[in-house]
Amino acid sequence: MASSDNSETLDARGPTPVEGSGLEVATGERERVAGHTFRAAVSAKNVFLWPALLVVLALSIFPLIVSLYLSVSRLEFQANGIDVRFLGFDNYASLLFGTEQDHFIGVLKPLTPVGWIIVAVVAAITARAFVSYLRGVNVRLLGLLLRAIAGLLLVGLVWLFAQTLFAQGGRPGTLFVTLVYVFVGIAVQYLLGLGLAVLATQRLRGQRFFRVVFLLPMTITPVGVAYMFRMLTDTGKGPFVPLFDLAGLQNFAWVNDPWGARIAVMIGDIWQWTPFMFIVLLAALEGQDQEITEAALVDGANRRQVFRHITLPALLPVTTTVILIRMIEAFKIIDLPNILTNGGPGTATESLTLEAFFDWRTLNLGRSAALAYMLLIVVTLIATAYVNLVRRRVTATA
Amino acid sequence: MRTLFRRRSALDLGPVSKAISYVLLVAWAFVVLFPLYWLAITSLKQPIDVDSGPVYLPGVDFKPTLDAWKYILVDLQSDTVRPYVNTVVVGLSSALIALILGSSAAYALVRFRYSPRVGVIGLFVGCILFTIVALALSAAVPLAVVSAAAVFLILYQTVGRRFKRVLGNSDVAFWLISQRMLPPVAVVIPIYVLFQRVGLLDTRQALIITYVATNLPIVVWLMRDYFSNVPIELEESAAVDGASPYRIFRSIVLPVAVPGLVATFLFVLVFAWNEYLLALFLSSANAQTMPLTVAAQNATRGPQWWYMSVLILIMILPVIAMAVALERYISRGILVGAVKG
Repeated sequence: MASSDNSETLDARGPTPVEGSGLEVATGERERVAGHTFRAAVSAKNVFLWPALLVVLALSIFPLIVSLYLSVSRLEFQANGIDVRFLGFDNYASLLFGTEQDHFIGVLKPLTPVGWIIVAVVAAITARAFVSYLRGVNVRLLGLLLRAIAGLLLVGLVWLFAQTLFAQGGRPGTLFVTLVYVFVGIAVQYLLGLGLAVLATQRLRGQRFFRVVFLLPMTITPVGVAYMFRMLTDTGKGPFVPLFDLAGLQNFAWVNDPWGARIAVMIGDIWQWTPFMFIVLLAALEGQDQEITEAALVDGANRRQVFRHITLPALLPVTTTVILIRMIEAFKIIDLPNILTNGGPGTATESLTLEAFFDWRTLNLGRSAALAYMLLIVVTLIATAYVNLVRRRVTATA
Repeated sequence: MRTLFRRRSALDLGPVSKAISYVLLVAWAFVVLFPLYWLAITSLKQPIDVDSGPVYLPGVDFKPTLDAWKYILVDLQSDTVRPYVNTVVVGLSSALIALILGSSAAYALVRFRYSPRVGVIGLFVGCILFTIVALALSAAVPLAVVSAAAVFLILYQTVGRRFKRVLGNSDVAFWLISQRMLPPVAVVIPIYVLFQRVGLLDTRQALIITYVATNLPIVVWLMRDYFSNVPIELEESAAVDGASPYRIFRSIVLPVAVPGLVATFLFVLVFAWNEYLLALFLSSANAQTMPLTVAAQNATRGPQWWYMSVLILIMILPVIAMAVALERYISRGILVGAVKG
């Protein structure tokens, strides 16, 4: 990791304002690109970065603004065209407090003792993190404010979550179902992917076969995976029917059980996306210097120690990246619940994107856009907190 | 006997852990392969064999038939080949373009320091909003764009430079990845309108552009981590020898990062290959891709599993071939060799 250290320290060297002019020149830049003329370095800087930025910019700004506009309005389709009416925050209000609350957040009921314990534990951990930040050296007003807001939101979210799941008669809405998919799915996928990547880098015969096989699920189109799992989990003609019969579960229809259906969706998601974790971690493992590992083993360290103190730290940066990417993708889960269960039973397996899709199909574009923006807000909050708290720390220590 | 059990290198596993490793590898291979086996035998079944409960072994449980294959490949020939070619062209070209643009941006974010100013960014967003408001008030497109650009330039030269607060490389990267957060449902209508205006609807170009834009952030994020593992000493010595930044990138950094490049390429290829919702909107007859063909097999009488299985299988074959061909590049020793050499 020496190289990344190096670039970090270089990065820390004073501000280097470059707005593409090449006129404002600072010393840090000169040292870094020793041997180049300054103009070459500055132009390379722009040539490397800007094409990518421009492509993304061109295709993202317009949709972002249009859907923001849709989310605060109502569209009515009439004979002579579309009538757009400005609503303000009505779409959001109905999701959070109004008629759609049961669907979006869930049915809220008083907490059971288990629920209270969960909320209390999360609140305590958050408070502790906040206090330890206050005791730190580098306290700034903006950081304090943002952390306070993030902490309150986190505890509030957990409190709501507990009211839907750890309460008599509570029922989670699409927001919390999505969060369950995301967090359970990612945890399982990461652990499986890491384990498989470690196994696939051992010196064993047949590794090429295993590596290619492990990649396969990712290569199938999500729509296809969803149909395939519908075929596999069919309670009448699926291949596991004899197994169910053997276990005495003939009459158990997973489709009619909320958690049965959710678990079926999660299994499909895990099956499909473990290969992503696998391939990225595999490439990272293969990029590691084997001599350090070998030297440690020769010096008498056991494999667990080597893994804990050499392999894992070196994997941390790429770990945080795959988790972030998968998190952002997993929040958008739609094909599996749509095709496998159609969101049912009731709305038990409906994800946020699927709810937005249903609204969108019934031409309720305003609420669909509002849902999409709620998703954007939730993902942005979680991803920002994640990047600031986890990723920065990891890349700083690695 | 002793030599048989002696390990040649400390990296070799002992016999017990070797056996456990094999068991685990085979177990997961089974988990992966069984659904695919089910697809394969379903593609050989008659509708009646599918509907009458599970049967497992072709030739034993049921009589295999190639009817579904024949229907998809011969009877529907042109309806299968056209989307297939589209998928190949769109998938490969968008993945390649995204890899080129994305990895150079990732390299730039690892090795150069950027400090975009908050003021300038705010100004830029303001001008975009200005353009859109102007367009909403039915101003002519060129006029709105030109005047917004003029306002941006004037203010940039005067006011924008005075804001001292700057962002860093990680903020640029985070902005990039945040562009993937909005679900496709929300962006698909604006993108549809966008391509309709430009007249690119139902063309491969529209799909390629869209997939490049949606895949770039992922390429940037993955490649950033792989590049940061490339020893800077290599680049420094090349720079001292007078190599240009482009040459360093092409001849030193890229070859060393091949495992990461291959892994990333496979991922974005698969993503473009399989994308459904955007393709559903941006293509109809000419540019239709395979995921749409698969989903179309869900007829009114329920899904036609046998046709669907055939389509899914012929869809993954080229990707498997590519994975087999590229797998060898995701292997050890490239980086180590480079540092020593």
